[in-house]
Order: sequence, then C-alpha cells, then structure tokens
Amino acid sequence: MKHFVRTLLPALVLGLALGLTQGPALAQNGPLRIVIDQGVIEPLPFAAPAFVDEGGAGDYAANISAVVIADLVGTGLFREIGPEAFISNVSSFDAPVAYQDWKAINAQALITGAVSVAGDRITVKFRAYDVFSGAPIEGAALQFAGTTQGWRRMAHKVADVVYSKITGEGGYFDSRIVYVSEQGPKNAREKRLAVMDYDGANVQYLTDSASIVIAPRFSPTGDRILYTSYESGFPRITLMDVGSLQRRSLDEQPGTMTFAPRFSPDGATVVFSLERGGNTDIYALATGSGRLTQLTNAPSIETAPSFSPDGSQIVFESDRSGSPQLYIMSSGGGEAQRISGGAGRYGTPVWSPRGDLIAFTKQNAGRFHIGVLRTDGSEERLLTASFLDEGPTWAPNGRVLMFMRETSGAGGQSSLWSVDISGRNLKQIPTDGAASDPAWSPLLP
Amino acid sequence: MSLMPRALLLIATLALAACNNPDRYGAGGAGAGGAGGAGGAGGFIDTNGLGDPSDPRSIAYFNQSVGDKVLFAVDQSTLSPEARGTLAGQAQWLNTNPGYAAIIEGHADEQGTREYNLALGARRAAAVQDYLISQGVASSRMRTISYGKEKPIEVCSEEACYNKNRRAVTVLSAGAGV
Repeated sequence: MKHFVRTLLPALVLGLALGLTQGPALAQNGPLRIVIDQGVIEPLPFAAPAFVDEGGAGDYAANISAVVIADLVGTGLFREIGPEAFISNVSSFDAPVAYQDWKAINAQALITGAVSVAGDRITVKFRAYDVFSGAPIEGAALQFAGTTQGWRRMAHKVADVVYSKITGEGGYFDSRIVYVSEQGPKNAREKRLAVMDYDGANVQYLTDSASIVIAPRFSPTGDRILYTSYESGFPRITLMDVGSLQRRSLDEQPGTMTFAPRFSPDGATVVFSLERGGNTDIYALATGSGRLTQLTNAPSIETAPSFSPDGSQIVFESDRSGSPQLYIMSSGGGEAQRISGGAGRYGTPVWSPRGDLIAFTKQNAGRFHIGVLRTDGSEERLLTASFLDEGPTWAPNGRVLMFMRETSGAGGQSSLWSVDISGRNLKQIPTDGAASDPAWSPLLP
Repeated sequence: MSLMPRALLLIATLALAACNNPDRYGAGGAGAGGAGGAGGAGGFIDTNGLGDPSDPRSIAYFNQSVGDKVLFAVDQSTLSPEARGTLAGQAQWLNTNPGYAAIIEGHADEQGTREYNLALGARRAAAVQDYLISQGVASSRMRTISYGKEKPIEVCSEEACYNKNRRAVTVLSAGAGV
C-alpha cells in the first residue's frame, strides 16, 4: 500500500493534503483538474472497461460500469480513459491483467468487474489494480449481491471502495439526500419533502405540498428524518420514519414555534430552536423520555444548533453580539465561545463528521458564501460565492459539502450544488425541478 | 372584491390554526373558520368574513383603511413611529370590535438564512403583539406566527421589494361573539 501511494499517487495525495490547509479563497467552476498554488495537479487517469456479463446481466453490466465511472469522475479527482483508447479488452473477470496494455495508455488505475443476474437477484464483483505497480490494490476486490432494484447502490459501493483505497478517505457515493422539492413562483411556492441518491437518482417524495416544509435532517442511522412543518398551521418540528412515512410532531407547547432541529450523534437527543414571545433559544429534547432542557437563555436569537461528532459540544448561531455569529458551547448548555471573527454575518453552522471543521453560511457585502473554519475559529476559507448560497451539509466522509443556491429576482429558483472542502469541483446536482435545503445521509450499510 | 382569493386562503389557514388550538379562539372562532374552510363558502366570506370595505366593522375595512401591515428596517423588529400609528389604529379597531381574533404573521426578506429569518419574523410578530397588548387588546385574542422568508409578497431582489417583505401582518378572523 505504501509503495502504491508513492508510485501511483503523489500528485493526488498532495492535492488532498494541500486542499485541506491552503485552498484558494473562492471556488471556480472550472475544468476537471486540481489546481494548487505551486502547480497543476491532474486528476488520476483510470480505465474501467464495461463489466463482464457472467450470465443474464443484460444492460446492468454497462449501466453499473457507467455509474462507477460517473462517481469517480464526479469527484474531480479522477479522469476516465475511455474505451476508444484501449489496446486490450477484458473479456473474462479472472483472466490475468495485461498491465503493459494499460500502462501504454497511461491508465494508472484499472477497475474490472463482472455482473450476473438470476431472476431478481444480481451479483456484482470487481477488482481494482495499480497498473504501474502491476498488482491488485489491496482490499479492492469485493462481491455484492442483492436484488436488481439495488443495482445503482452496488455500483456506488464499488466506487466507494475504489475511491477509499486510492484517496485514503472514506467513501460517500452510497448515500442519500433528503431535501425540499420546490414548485411555483417565489410568492406562491409549493414545497414538499423528497429523498434521492447522492447523485440525484431514485427520487422519492415523502410529503405532499399542502403545507410548507423546511430543512429536513437525517438521523445518524438514516432511518428517520426531522424537519419543520406548517401542517398544524404553525411551524413545528416533525419526526418522520423513512420506511413507513409515519410522522408525528416532536413537541407540542402551545404558543411556541419550534424549528432548526438536529439529532445528536447517538440519535437519542434532538436539539432545536424554540420561540416563545418573540425570543428564540436552543433546547434539547431526549426523544425517549421526552425530557426538555433549555440550553441557552438570552434575549437574542439562538438557532441552528449542530453537535460535534463526539456529542460533547454544540455549535450554533446567535446574534447576541449584534449580528449573527457562530458560537460553541457544551452540549449541556452554559457559557459559549464565539468562533467566527471575520466581517459579515454567519449562520447555519454544521460540524464536520471528522470533527475538524465547521461549515457555515456567510453573508457579506451583498453576497452569500459557503465556507469552512476550524473549531477554534481559525483558517476560515470561503468555498463559494453567489447571490444566495445557504445551508451546507457534509458528505459522510467530511470532504464534500452540498448546499442550496438560489438565483435572484422575480424568477429566482433554488438548486442543489456540491463543492469540495478545497473549494474545487463546484457542480450542480441534477434534480427534478427546483430544490433546496439538502441534508446528506450517513453512508448506507 | 380583489381581496377575495387572499381572504379565502387566510380563512382556510385560520381554520387549521383554530382547529389546532380551539381553546385559543373559542367555539365560535373555530366554527366560523371551519365553515370558511369547508368550501363553497364564497357567500359566507362575502357577508360575514371579509365584509364591505365601507363598513367600519368589516375585515375589509380593517385591512384597507386601518392597515393590516407594518414594515421593518433590515434585521430590526423595532416599531417605527409610522408602524406605531398603524398599530394604534389596529388596537382601537380590535377594542371596538371584540368579536374578532387575530393571528400576527412575522415575515423577513430573502437576505439571511432560513432559520435566522424564522426567528426574526417571530420577533417582529411579537413586537406587534406586545404593542397591541399595551394598547389594551387582550393577549388571549392574538397569536403569532413567523413565516421567515417563506412568503414574500414582492418578488424582486432589490430593496424596493425587500422593504415590503419585511413586514408583520395582522390577520383577522371572526371570533367568539360574532
């Protein structure tokens, strides 16, 4: 593995390392390449010949190959060498690899696979190779089996393993996004909850658009969703079971409004904002016992709480200093430390699943940005800029952020975008119509 | 009559709200809202809901002549002298027309995050409610709600629209005694 990293991936590894510490101030929507201050880092070239049909696979083989390639290329860290360049083909999954032929076309990694289908059962197997070392990549030879309905998930799992082995980071392709699907003009917008794969496939609507829904969030295991709904006529936090679509109001306190919910990492607590008499503070609700604890007590607005991955701290937004800024407090409440210090207004902080960074929305000089900073407030970096960028959510591996971008004016529309924490690879996520308020699920089991 | 569709929508919203908290509005409030929400109720709204704008006891008169909304500065929930003037008129109207309940809606412009704007809208609605209470309107007749930036009435992305969207609207419904 060490040898592999040294021979195959110096540029890529360097790119990841530098991207974490000294990315450029603003993202550019540029070509698929990684630009570092001291030079140009090219995406890693790889070849993924169409997976071999080992019986009954039909279109599944080519479709799975296509999804694997799209996942890897979509990261901006990989570049596909297409079949038109191939010298040899892979006609059998177990045949010896002709490394020279792949070396000759400069494919540094090779992914081969095979698919078989019997009835509604599908089996997908794959191997990844380090071409220049002439050896399989350790741990990158697996087999997945399940129903044909899950074929895209299997492709995502193949790509997750390859991505993970080559970058040393966790994968994020086999994951879902819950979001708000939007229809209609700005002054009569209809909203409903929807869930889709991370790449926009397999859209499922979870509610109708009879009442406004806002900012859904997955539970740590991905089986439940918290969101704010106006179904009762007033904004209330609602908890939905993703499997059964059954839902209930989380907390009923007459005369109050509740919103901005988020689970604790163990799923046992929900932190949220509760408004009473015009004042908004942060509360924690133990979902088992129903015990409610007030965590902040100030005349200012306290909202958008998000737990640290170890559950010990909460980052939130408050305008106690006069403008919205980011603060960290113990998960039991108490004194808070301000961490945002730059010009402008900060909101919607979200703690990275790796624990090292906090993503946020920043508003400054008439523009919105998605940014990250360290938990001590240092090394703030703005990754995007537009008329309205808002509400970042972390990929399960803490390397990519998805967020909402809205265009200005009477015809303003929301869409979903993703960007690397380096500020690179800014791109729109395909959705069926306008979409806002994305939240990333954990990696699926 | 141009206010009709909006009035219908508001009555339907109130019906939901009233059903959720019947004790807040009393049986009359919930019943009146329920009738409006049941559909086929254009006549109901015409005669008992919206009313004739020239009738000083009508909701239409309140909306148009007293003024159902007040505006706010960026990020502010402080009432301007103009807003206080409008609200004094609202309070006077509510005090002379005890048969109505009110939901005070707080709104924000599109600058700012969704969560912050929800909290800001709540502040604005509460500022209006507090002022109305200070003018003698019983708190039991009012309830606040924030829509944040969810329901702009103007759609351009300029201050000309933003200043109309930064608002609190007093939405009446026929309550107990009507």
